[in-house]
Amino acid sequence: MAVATDLQKVVEDAAAHLYVWALKDIPQDLRDALADAADTETSVPGQRVLQTILRNVQVAEEERNLVCQDTGIAVYYCRVGEHFPLHPARIYEALYNGTERATVEHPLRSNTVHTVTRENTGQNVGYRVPIVHWDFVAGWDGLDVKCVPKGSGSENMSFLKMCVPADGVAGIKRFVLDSIVGSGGKPCPPGIVGVGIGGSADYAMHLAKEAIARPVGTRNPDPEVAKLEEELFELLNETGIGPMGLGGDVTVLQCHIEHADTHMTLNPVAVNYQCWAARRASAHIAADGTVEMDREF
Amino acid sequence: MAEHRLTFPTTEEEIRKLRAGDLVTVDGHIIGIRDRSHIRIFDEGIEPPLDLVGAFLLHTAPNVRKRDDGGYDPLCIGTTTSARMVRFTEGLGRDYGVRAIAGKGGLPDEAIEPMREHGMVYFAIVGGAAALETTQIEEIEEVYWEELMPECLWKFRVKDFGPLWVGIDSHGNSMFHDVNEAANKRLEKILAGL
Repeated sequence: MAVATDLQKVVEDAAAHLYVWALKDIPQDLRDALADAADTETSVPGQRVLQTILRNVQVAEEERNLVCQDTGIAVYYCRVGEHFPLHPARIYEALYNGTERATVEHPLRSNTVHTVTRENTGQNVGYRVPIVHWDFVAGWDGLDVKCVPKGSGSENMSFLKMCVPADGVAGIKRFVLDSIVGSGGKPCPPGIVGVGIGGSADYAMHLAKEAIARPVGTRNPDPEVAKLEEELFELLNETGIGPMGLGGDVTVLQCHIEHADTHMTLNPVAVNYQCWAARRASAHIAADGTVEMDREF
Repeated sequence: MAEHRLTFPTTEEEIRKLRAGDLVTVDGHIIGIRDRSHIRIFDEGIEPPLDLVGAFLLHTAPNVRKRDDGGYDPLCIGTTTSARMVRFTEGLGRDYGVRAIAGKGGLPDEAIEPMREHGMVYFAIVGGAAALETTQIEEIEEVYWEELMPECLWKFRVKDFGPLWVGIDSHGNSMFHDVNEAANKRLEKILAGL
């Protein structure tokens, strides 16, 4: 049997902390976006929904409770430095064990089930769960871990379309707008609309998921893509779906887009919604085992 | 838009007074129900082990802590997306006398007619606002079908539960239908301008 190293234990502790912390304490950029939304909203039910959301964030803080009951499916983003002295196989073990430990110790509701039998697997871990995305960095010896517990209400509002090149950017816009209007109140609006464009079918959805995990209102560094983010953000808020789908001015807090170059005959567009309770928390782990929490990446 | 306070279980007469868009606060008893518990009742044909006449059903699966005496303490209780469970609406009203279904995100239009016919309403809650919702739950009084954890049937005693909007009333009106219709009209114009 393999014995966990000290560094593996450090990563496990960080994962256990990140999972619970993400669920309880939403980031400041999101709090600001929600407060701005409450200032902007003019519809009576929309206004009341946003005030209730702001009060809920406050109550979660006072009571040290979870913001939302949906503890989600645990998704981690890892950036692993070339010289980080723990192999990704062991990092995965640590994330798995940390997720399980947090679930038992808090305790947290366990959501993970076998996808055919629907039997609950126990502690928010299971076959290929948690879900971990990897990125490797040459010439570096650190590890960044971001935990994004993803709720099902918003994840169920995920859509993929293989537009054709002749559909152009208008086709992309049309699909995003259709998706969000069709989703109505189901994904807990106002949230973050993540859009992935280009790459391949699977990669477009991966990019859409990356997009929802960015700090609210950050812009894609490519000016063409950033312009599309701005345009879609404005158009989405002209639809009138409003907070919780009860009608109003604020349908989305933001639209984030990630892109990849693609085949000349492809024009994939993927939409992944993130609810208003856009939970995320990050840690940086140095090669010597020092941990710094809330280091965004 | 009127504001109401209701205690559950309640009667058809009280439910018929509510209109889409009204705000409601609830006291009394509410029943937590979810995908698996619906499937057990309607698809597997197993009778629910409690009386649902006049009941308020909440779409939920809570975070709880089991006590040594076998009971459960609420840790974090919130509300899930209702639309997944719309096909059970008619059976709940017709066969079991349920008066209110509460959840988030709305029910599609297929719920409007059964709610009109059987004297039921859909209450829309603020999804994700679980920390607040938990403070309105006084006690978990009973848990049925524990083997479906966390998708059991839960009996909660609540106080000042809300805010809730009458999303669909028992007279054929739906806030969600109206919002979606207006949004689709706006969408048509937006798309024409692309």
